[in-house]
Amino acid sequence: MSQFKSLMKEGMWGNNPALVQLLGLCPLLAVTSTVTNALGLGLATLLVLVGSNITVSVVRNWVPKDIRIPVFVMIIAAFVTIVQLLMNAYTFGLYQSLGIFIPLIVTNCAIIGRAEAFASKNNPLLSAWDGVMMGLGFAVVLIVLGAMREIIGQGTLFDGADLLLGAWATVLRIELFTFDNQFLVAILPPGAFLGLGLLIAGKNVIDTQIKAKASPVAQPEKAPRARVTNLT
Amino acid sequence: MKLTMASSPHNHSQKSVSKLMITVMCACIPGILTQAYFFGFGVLIQLIIAIITASLVEAAILKLRNRPILPSLSDGSAWLTAVLLAVSIPSLAPWWVIVVGIVFAIGMVKQLYGGLGFNLFNPAMGAYVLLLISFPVQMTSWMPVDHLLASPISFLDQLTIIFTQTNSTGLTLDTLRTSIDGTTMATPLDTVKTAVSQNLTVSEAMNQLQFSAYAGLGWQWVNVAYLIGGLYLLKAKVINWHIPTAFIGALALCSAIGYIADSGSQAGSLFHLLSGATMLGAFFIATDPVSACTTDKGRLIFGASIGVLVYVIRQFGGYPDAVAFAVLLLNMAVPLIDHYTQPRTYGHGASK
Repeated sequence: MSQFKSLMKEGMWGNNPALVQLLGLCPLLAVTSTVTNALGLGLATLLVLVGSNITVSVVRNWVPKDIRIPVFVMIIAAFVTIVQLLMNAYTFGLYQSLGIFIPLIVTNCAIIGRAEAFASKNNPLLSAWDGVMMGLGFAVVLIVLGAMREIIGQGTLFDGADLLLGAWATVLRIELFTFDNQFLVAILPPGAFLGLGLLIAGKNVIDTQIKAKASPVAQPEKAPRARVTNLT
Repeated sequence: MKLTMASSPHNHSQKSVSKLMITVMCACIPGILTQAYFFGFGVLIQLIIAIITASLVEAAILKLRNRPILPSLSDGSAWLTAVLLAVSIPSLAPWWVIVVGIVFAIGMVKQLYGGLGFNLFNPAMGAYVLLLISFPVQMTSWMPVDHLLASPISFLDQLTIIFTQTNSTGLTLDTLRTSIDGTTMATPLDTVKTAVSQNLTVSEAMNQLQFSAYAGLGWQWVNVAYLIGGLYLLKAKVINWHIPTAFIGALALCSAIGYIADSGSQAGSLFHLLSGATMLGAFFIATDPVSACTTDKGRLIFGASIGVLVYVIRQFGGYPDAVAFAVLLLNMAVPLIDHYTQPRTYGHGASK
């Protein structure tokens, strides 16, 4: 049980694919201009990650070591194709707005990284859990970054959520404030880099504070001094 | 008599950081006054907003970082950043433009990297690029020279335009920018660029109202004023000659070659030297001691590369002026240049 818990902690915080491993930056930076896009890509990545982790884990004993990477990539590509066709069928608007970044999930290092580092060495149940947690960790960072950029850039949240969730979701759109001028940099790629940098900095601050709380600073021991003056 | 022995160095440089910053700010004065004369007092209002914001942001971030506030604030580096950004943006830009710029310059570009002396990029230019890509309309709404305006704008009007975006009679900036003949004017660099894209020659473009003999009306004197300020900085030994000379030399050479090759679509060297932010960039921005190269040979390479890039971006790029982009790009290359241009230490390495 504790193994599941530690996997959860690793995926969501300690070894977060986006904030710590810095994997999969290409989609992370490219599609997080709105929460909807981020959510869509986060879910797609999560599905692919869980599917590929389970499959890799199931076939791990039959795959020769020498050709394991091509095999893993084929498995991942199969799942990406499934997700792509599903999105094309059910969330066509989002499919169009994510564009090339859906097929590019194949090259997301976070997925091949988990297949190689975890799923190829562990049983399917653990691998599935690892996939869920890593995928969730990635998706949460995507969504937070998307929210930051959408609020700063356009002053809205869940703009275009109906593309992902269907027509009812237009009520989700929240207009926090309106600008006469959009703060374009938040929506353009530089805003993604700045935002991700700030998120990583924020995580580091929290980590240092947790560490400082856990172990109070040890007072440096004073060097012993022998008195050598005024000796009578 | 007591003879005290001190170890070397025996001869100290008398320049403190705050003295350097104040000298540089003083050297900006001719340029700022010229800008105020030709383009209205708005630049002075921008300066005041910028300096107040810079002080507040610097103090707030130093407090967050648990650093002593007064010593860092009073060294004047934040104010210099404020001055450089304030003179780089259009004089009647809305107040929030300069505020956003200063917050980014001081908060992100300077303090997040560790404060004065640790920033990789020139804070003022980092903020300028941020503003340019975020608010392209506000950042390109330069006023034409005062006497080309249909109606001159009073000081009070400039104040209300900056804070409320309309003047006392409710006219917006766009209306006020309209000149005598009813057309809105772009900056000289922009005008030439647009004209060339419409298959006009440069000399045809320069027949328009906002041009004088060599470059843009008003702009050439602003550049001359910054040149004078820069020469004073050289005289006061605040900056070295390497960066400005290499910058201006490379820009002049490139534009001369371009002019010889194709005088129809290329403006000559004088136009490039006296337009946009050339002189401000060469003497005040590229010479930033923190983010520029530190070796003499490196400074020559640094300055020359900026000059070439400015020419290339102005001539072939999407933006009319390029000093900020060129400086930021070369800021990134500084560690590399410095690494390969380290002078030989006496007694080490091969002698010639």
